[in-house]
Amino acid sequence: MIEKIKQEWFSNVRGDILSGIVVALALIPEAIAFSIIAGVDPMVGLYASFSIAVIISFVGGRPAMISAATGAMALLMGPLVRDYGLNYLLAATILTGVIQLLFGVFKIAKLMKFIPNAVMIGFVNSLAILIFMAQVPHFLGISNVTYLFVGITLVIVYTLPRFIKAIPAPLIAIILLTSIAIYADIDLRTVGDLGTITSSLPAFFIPDVPFTLETLAIIFPYSIALAVVGLLESLLTSSIVDEMTGTESNKNKEARGQGIANTINGFFGGMAGCAMIGQSVINVKSGGRGRLSTFVAGAFLMFLIIVLGGLVVQIPMPVLVGIMIMVAIGTFDWSSFRYVVKAPKGDAAVMLVTVAIVVSTNDLSKGVIAGVILSAILFIAKISKIKVTKQQSNAATTFIVNGQLFFASVEDFIGSFDTVTEGQSIVIDFSEARIWDDSAVGAIDKVVLKYREHGNKVVLQGLDPSSQGLVDKLTMTHI
Amino acid sequence: MYKKILLAVDGSKHSLRATKEAIQIASLVDDSRVELVLVAEFSQAKNEILHSQGKEALVVSRRKKILPAIEQLKSNNVSYEVNILHGEPGPAIVDYANKNQFELVVIGSRGLNSFQEMVLGSVSHKVVKRVQCPVLIVK
Repeated sequence: MIEKIKQEWFSNVRGDILSGIVVALALIPEAIAFSIIAGVDPMVGLYASFSIAVIISFVGGRPAMISAATGAMALLMGPLVRDYGLNYLLAATILTGVIQLLFGVFKIAKLMKFIPNAVMIGFVNSLAILIFMAQVPHFLGISNVTYLFVGITLVIVYTLPRFIKAIPAPLIAIILLTSIAIYADIDLRTVGDLGTITSSLPAFFIPDVPFTLETLAIIFPYSIALAVVGLLESLLTSSIVDEMTGTESNKNKEARGQGIANTINGFFGGMAGCAMIGQSVINVKSGGRGRLSTFVAGAFLMFLIIVLGGLVVQIPMPVLVGIMIMVAIGTFDWSSFRYVVKAPKGDAAVMLVTVAIVVSTNDLSKGVIAGVILSAILFIAKISKIKVTKQQSNAATTFIVNGQLFFASVEDFIGSFDTVTEGQSIVIDFSEARIWDDSAVGAIDKVVLKYREHGNKVVLQGLDPSSQGLVDKLTMTHI
Repeated sequence: MYKKILLAVDGSKHSLRATKEAIQIASLVDDSRVELVLVAEFSQAKNEILHSQGKEALVVSRRKKILPAIEQLKSNNVSYEVNILHGEPGPAIVDYANKNQFELVVIGSRGLNSFQEMVLGSVSHKVVKRVQCPVLIVK
């Protein structure tokens, strides 16, 4: 036990501290931008990032993964904040945590592996599109200087990492362009125009909402959507970190950890969050491997806010917009274009439907649910294809059945037999088939009875033991 | 001669040429051993996870990538080992070669033009610069 704690926390101290600092620096612009997407004060996202990162470093299932305020969650909570205000969001965050904790305890998180990749690809693509679209009102048609600043930011974040690797380029863009904007007195919208920053630690309080069923009815749909989307992105991210580090992680523990983190986070005035793909990749690339890296990321972020608080409000919005465009570009799965052409048509359709539904409803959870349902239907359609080939010989007519016989394929199965023959010897060969359920046995009975009615002799052959068992148990025809 | 040889492959035809050379060198000494490594790139991690149905499928797709090289090693009776490294291609190979005291590193050159090299960076160049043993770059 102590050995494990030592290994997860202190086996890579230097690397973890350095990478944690890099992540903290990279988290600041994102936490602010995601707060603006959610429609809350930047402090709500910054507090969330601090609380979630620090708590998850203790209770998460995937060391070195970074969790904080995220775009996917921020996009979901917008309408709730607009209609009911911050306190309802905090209550929803707490409920989200409780739901996630239950998902983890009842091992529902495991079900996430049944979500096909087509849906996951659709998820990241629609997330990227929504993050980009959320930026449009902040730069389109405001002023030419706005366009210029967005452009310069993009140039900095894409070229600077070639030369300066130690400090995240977005932070350099912020410091440089904020100073220029202040000294040259350029008229740009700033973070301060959209909210306030306070240089204080988050404090415990109970959200000011009436504890009624009505409140629950308001927040519950949001909490469920947040819980599902949060776990989806967290488990996807943990798989990516598993792959990058060549190690395994505990998915149910991660789900419980996300739940605990969000519950406590809600009581400390933070918005719901989850694991972040981009930041976790930055962390591992910068040498982070242990829980300490996540802890340092959260703790150092809070330190920076206390020190820099007053300066944060002066960051020009176009710089944040530029950084968010970079985040959107990085989130998008650019191999999707090839995927749409090369993948099986059904998979491509699932991916596109997921994206279309998310973009039209502005709700990631709806797209994911629709994508899962569609791919389940397509899967059943695919495996329910059953083929019956007829072979005529002097002695008998043989029907060879090929495929899975179950409720979805019985109709095709029955339709494949011409039952007009009379006085013949009929063999139905099941060696290339499998019988799955009651309706399959019923269908076989139906075919056999029909043949017998016309005075044919019917023999079933080639049933594998479990299919044979099912037929023996349920059949009416005593073959 | 060289007994402990590191052969870095990426599934390309360049790395297949490198494999041929590694086999020639390994065949010179009776108890030489080739260690074949493939780098699972950090920058591809998200893409690979999104596009593979689970860990097992990813393992198989990697095995497919190195299969031609393995077949060559096998048919030439060279004793070999396979290892997947995780990281950025250049530094991961350098790190592994230096930590495990290889006597020779064999690597294929992608033959990038100068623009590609500026953008992508040459893996073989990085390896040559930082590995502490002789390096054979196969054109």
